[in-house]
Amino acid sequence: MDFEFSDEQRLLRDSVDRLIGQAYDDLGHRKKMQATELGFSEELWGKYAELGLLALPFSEEEGGFGGGTVETMIVMEAVGRGLALEPFFASIILGGNLVRLGASAEQRAELIPQIADGSLRLAFAHTEPQARYDLNNVKTFAQRSGNGWVLEGDKSVVVHGDSATKLIVSARTSGNYNDSAGITLFLVDAGAPGLSRRGFPTQDGQRGAPVSLARVEVPESAVIGTVDRGGALIDRVGDIAIAALSAEAVGAMAALHALTMEYLKTRKQFGVTIGSFQVLQHRAVDMFTALEQARSMEYFAAMMATAEDARERRAAISGAKVQINNSARFIGQSAIQMHGGIGMTMEYRAGHYFKRLTMIESTFGDADHHMRLIDRAGGLLEA
Amino acid sequence: MDLRYTAEEVAFREEMRTFFREKIPADIRRKGAEGHHATPEEMIQCQRIMNQHGLATPNWPVEWGGKDWSPMQRYIYTEEILAHDVPAPLPFNVHMVGPVIAFFGTEAQKKHFLPRIANIDDWWCQGFSEPGAGSDLANLKTRAVRDGDHYIINGQKTWTTLAQVADWCFVLARTNPEAAKPQQGISFILVDMKSPGITVRPIQLVDGGHEVNEVFFDDVRVPVENLVGEENRGWDCAKFLLANERSGIARVGTSKARLRRIRELARTVQLNGGTMWDSEQFRHKVAAVEIELKALEMTQLRVIANERARGGMPDPASSILKIKGSEIQQRTSELTLELAGPFALPFRDPEEELPEGTNDFTLGFGWADAAAPTYFNNRKVTIYGGSNEIQRNIIAKLVLGF
Repeated sequence: MDFEFSDEQRLLRDSVDRLIGQAYDDLGHRKKMQATELGFSEELWGKYAELGLLALPFSEEEGGFGGGTVETMIVMEAVGRGLALEPFFASIILGGNLVRLGASAEQRAELIPQIADGSLRLAFAHTEPQARYDLNNVKTFAQRSGNGWVLEGDKSVVVHGDSATKLIVSARTSGNYNDSAGITLFLVDAGAPGLSRRGFPTQDGQRGAPVSLARVEVPESAVIGTVDRGGALIDRVGDIAIAALSAEAVGAMAALHALTMEYLKTRKQFGVTIGSFQVLQHRAVDMFTALEQARSMEYFAAMMATAEDARERRAAISGAKVQINNSARFIGQSAIQMHGGIGMTMEYRAGHYFKRLTMIESTFGDADHHMRLIDRAGGLLEA
Repeated sequence: MDLRYTAEEVAFREEMRTFFREKIPADIRRKGAEGHHATPEEMIQCQRIMNQHGLATPNWPVEWGGKDWSPMQRYIYTEEILAHDVPAPLPFNVHMVGPVIAFFGTEAQKKHFLPRIANIDDWWCQGFSEPGAGSDLANLKTRAVRDGDHYIINGQKTWTTLAQVADWCFVLARTNPEAAKPQQGISFILVDMKSPGITVRPIQLVDGGHEVNEVFFDDVRVPVENLVGEENRGWDCAKFLLANERSGIARVGTSKARLRRIRELARTVQLNGGTMWDSEQFRHKVAAVEIELKALEMTQLRVIANERARGGMPDPASSILKIKGSEIQQRTSELTLELAGPFALPFRDPEEELPEGTNDFTLGFGWADAAAPTYFNNRKVTIYGGSNEIQRNIIAKLVLGF
């Protein structure tokens, strides 16, 4: 067992930290980027591409970076620390991995270079109002028509769905709306006739969109993976996504904890720094404990995200998400409380970490949802 | 980064499992699994089996019977002991006085005491805490005054675990009350419990058991050759001992074994025509503890894997092991109590031997009569070894820099 990063991994961490750290050092600048039409900096997206980050999940043979779950973790921690706005999670973690694991060799040869150079931005149009966190709950349907398919349905809260140039859409091709079999994935041009979307800002400063599909026609070649077998692919990528979100959350929690420690050591009341009060020290220690427990589960998730045994993987990834969510809530709330009024303001970083962490909690399943999944998987003891 | 056990580590774990399953008597392990304490005789029996196979003192220097194991091997060994409900080697002997003598003792002390400590030919107890020196240990008042070739010890120790069984006691006593700092005038002295002037008075704990004692020293004469290390430098020994005590402090194996048992037992306890395991509410409570425990296990493994890389510098994450480990241990005892429900009510005097097979008054739940005493008793784990509040003070100072 070895928890050390390799030299290459350290190099990756340093360069990503430098890029994102510098770009997001200034909250005012972040606010400006947030207000643009895309909601992030295209220039910075180009620099992600230059560093090879947009090719992260793809194999070197296919022109990728050849990164695994540990490299993903390194990048996502930096995204969390920096409160980065770019659609790295939506386009690379979700879109990229769906392509990597689902697309045909021909599709990969076409798509990967475009994803890697930043010209193609993907979003995963999957969640529907009735589905909540159930990944296999899909009512949007696709029917065969001539040499292709026609898609019909509504997707809600598609993260970065407004700025994506192509969408990967899940649709039912057979079975009932909540069957795990019978789901198929389609690659759809954002500008396809019948597809409409309306962008909105999310609570944490990112972007999302509902996506409507009204008789959207796509060719047979738009199918990603095997018809009716998309559910398993979604589950696999969902687990990779949770491991990535765990890393982003740990990056954000670590930064927020550090910010809070600094504040406790500098803010004076009653003639002393408030960090001299034991009641605040003990809460700071409890935050540290929550952070380290979360970090341990972040590593565990990275280790288990690609595990072959489906039951063990399910229990492990859901266990990680519960721990991450619990730690995120405790650290977020504690940080605001210990900062006092300043923690409540838009102009200070703590509140932005708090908001991002809160939104991560309800992305790919909240604690209750994952408790049910762990229960169904028979617990975490033997995972 | 590779978070899997290596093939060597897996093989080592199998070796340990086989040893504990085959060599440690099954009835002793079953008793442990049901939450009952092993008797001193059983503890001695098990430690001697381990000692015969060189497995009682792996943490000691190799020349005194230790093993040149990696931190990961030491961890696996400890976890397998806990996971198989094996009575662990007596911590006072193996983790406390043994390493102190091996590090600070004279050759004569090592030769005489270490083999006896390893084999529990002498049972040791710890004479640290006093009525006025708990968390503030350096405030201890027990005095040792030099008189020719002897120290004369006067004072009182308390919370002395199994002093009623012990042959020897390692005592922290004040040899220089004039020292500039309270830590500076303390010595580490080995005392024969048969010495005239020692009185052991039992303290009964809330679980009804007799685990700890008060020990009174009334003009007890101890030969000066029983001083370990230098006079007035006993605090060094105490700090060394407390650092050693961390081994297995998270007790992941104990909590794992308990959770496994809770899962099994819940299927035997009736509820609404089904069993307790049919209750989603109860299963979620168990799963919530399993998540915390998995996180703790990973934290423990991080600390161990980084130990060599950090060159002996403690990992900041190691400081949370005691806090989190003890809290989880308490949670598992709560879950067992909740599972036992009304069957936890009957009190069985632990001192009283029941005839074989008699547990009628627990209505067939042999394990249930231990549920409440274990729960009561486990309140201690957030108190001893430096209470969890003291641990938070330490982390605040040493890790967070307050």
